[in-house]
Amino acid sequence: MASLNQKDLLGIEQLTVEEIQLILDTADALRQVADRPVKKVPALRGKTVINLFFEASTRTRSSFELAEKRLSADILNFAVSTSSVSKGETLVDTARNLESMAPDIIVVRHSSAGAPHLLSRVCRSSIVNAGDGMHEHPTQALLDALTIREVKGRLGDLKIAIIGDISHSRVARSDTLLFHKMGAKVWVCGPPTLIPWDYGKLGARITNHIEEALEGADVVMMLRVQHERQNEAFVPSTREYYNFYGLTRERMRLAKRDTIVMHPGPMNRGVEIDSDVADAPYSVILDQVANGIATRMAVLYLLSGNAGLKPRKQSR
Amino acid sequence: MQLIVRQGRVVDPTQKLNKIVDIGIEDGRVAEVASRIRKRGRKEIDARGLVVCPGFIDMHVHLREPGREDSETIESGTSAAARGGFTGVACMPNTNPVNDSEAVTAFILERARNASRIAVYPIGAITKGSQGETLAEIGEMHRTGIVAISDDGRPVQNSQVMRRAMEYSCIFGLPVIDHCEDRELAAGGCMHEGYYSTLLGLRGINPAAEEVHVVRDCVLARQTGAQLHIAHISTRESLAAVARAKKEGVRVTCEVTPHHLLLTDAQVTSYDTNMKMNPPLRSKEDVDALVQGLCTGVIDALATDHAPHNINDKMLEFDRAPFGVVGLETAVSLILDRFVRPGLIGLERLVELFSTNPARILRLERGTLAPGSWADLTVLDCERQSEVRSAEFLSRSRNTPFEGWKLKGGPAITIVKGRVAWSG
Repeated sequence: MASLNQKDLLGIEQLTVEEIQLILDTADALRQVADRPVKKVPALRGKTVINLFFEASTRTRSSFELAEKRLSADILNFAVSTSSVSKGETLVDTARNLESMAPDIIVVRHSSAGAPHLLSRVCRSSIVNAGDGMHEHPTQALLDALTIREVKGRLGDLKIAIIGDISHSRVARSDTLLFHKMGAKVWVCGPPTLIPWDYGKLGARITNHIEEALEGADVVMMLRVQHERQNEAFVPSTREYYNFYGLTRERMRLAKRDTIVMHPGPMNRGVEIDSDVADAPYSVILDQVANGIATRMAVLYLLSGNAGLKPRKQSR
Repeated sequence: MQLIVRQGRVVDPTQKLNKIVDIGIEDGRVAEVASRIRKRGRKEIDARGLVVCPGFIDMHVHLREPGREDSETIESGTSAAARGGFTGVACMPNTNPVNDSEAVTAFILERARNASRIAVYPIGAITKGSQGETLAEIGEMHRTGIVAISDDGRPVQNSQVMRRAMEYSCIFGLPVIDHCEDRELAAGGCMHEGYYSTLLGLRGINPAAEEVHVVRDCVLARQTGAQLHIAHISTRESLAAVARAKKEGVRVTCEVTPHHLLLTDAQVTSYDTNMKMNPPLRSKEDVDALVQGLCTGVIDALATDHAPHNINDKMLEFDRAPFGVVGLETAVSLILDRFVRPGLIGLERLVELFSTNPARILRLERGTLAPGSWADLTVLDCERQSEVRSAEFLSRSRNTPFEGWKLKGGPAITIVKGRVAWSG
């Protein structure tokens, strides 16, 4: 099987259409590992993967961990609470210390945008970005794409509406970049206070009215709106937010008949999404979780053996 | 005579001079400017092929002493300045302790007397501890030797305090220098708010954060009659506001840094913390407006905002790293290569921006080579090739955004009161 000709997975921005297809095809092939009586393949036997999480994370970290285990990798979980970071060690020093343990891949989540890029410059190991600040969350976008492709058979030409807090969402950025690259018609929707400047240039049409976003949508991707946002004057209240941007069964009638609803989680039922939408047959939220493991297996597998390559330059 | 600088092209707008002459110096002052001086000097400099200017003054630097001597000292910072062609620097008060009292001003001047070959002009704080609440003892600092007041780095948010500061500054004729930034609008951002902050997922600094304070300050300066100077202007709208105020007779001037003229927010894409400064690198449209302002005259001065930071402080996540870049050792070469050589500005304008105007704004007896004035000279070699190599800096810090740039033209000799402070 082919491999990714790059050291790291820092973001969707650096991936070509062919590379995205390769990852999705690989994930498709690896998905059936979960259905076997012995859910394990030896692809990463003898390889060491470090999960370096500077931010609390349950689902992404568990998903990576399970992916690594199913590939037979040796795993080291390095969480911030038990590390020396709380003692004032810098990110670069932490990374250099971990490097001395000769890992092949470091999966990193950090609250600062660009932290994986900094690690990539000082580490020989492959870096996988598991979410950096408000920047990117590439494996989430890939698993979203895998899920859409599984149901719709394609990404091109679909109308995909991404609705919610776009500003603070790394999922929104990665999704927008990926869906746009794959030829989908991406719409983003939210109040102007939660849509960053020039977002359209990433490859999306922007609307402040949920009806316009939902009209004829093939895919509806809902994003979480954090309660704190009302204290920072982004929205007046979660109630008002729900009234204007909440996904209700009634609003769902605007979308295509065979539409699907997605959410990267964790959901705020009654804020951005109603329970009867989240639990409806057209909701593929739990398929996303299952596909997350296959996608991460694909990424880890395709990067294994790439440690030591020169980091790829940002494309822009 | 103490020193004769022979046959250099002397460019001095205050004397409408741009020709090859000799300059004779005695007792630290210019004694004679003539096409050929017959007397012999105890020391002579052959300046054939070189350009001789009134000494360049960087009116915006951070020398970090007292407090952060690991990043810069008065000695290392002024050595870097001399190497960069500057005969004088005005240092901002955000040291530790803040220069908000006579004692700190006296300390800086004393250290400069012992450790610096060039002139150091301290700038005092506007408010105590630059906390933005009560006025610092501006009169006492003025008595000791400050040349301006500023809360650079921690700009005054309370407009009433700013109004009082401007009123009070008029007693002493001290310029008020403002780093214009509405902290609430800036909202903890770490780069210019625009396409690239969106792409990179970094919190943006709305350009309006600068612009509303520029407008506020111009309104207050008109009302109080104070002399206002806008530090490191960086947006098109800010520049337009200053141009309008000038037209209406407000006593306002502004400076621009080389990095805001030569780099845009697109340079942040690698998360290189040497591209992080405040104000941040702006959009292409802003940069184009600044370049135009430099050429047409709305901009009064070039200043570096030399902000040294230890490598340990800069080797961090982009949003956690401190703002600021060094500039003393690259500014003159950058402007010669990118603006003078392509003919965007002439040598006379260069001298205005680096010498005449900074001296006029800060009311220093400098910026001219008329007989009788202090013999501070910056000698340039417009043919000299160089490459920016931070490892060779005399500054204690290496945080330049221009690493590896190949430049033609640069400082050759720096003379302060008739003494060679540096020669390359």
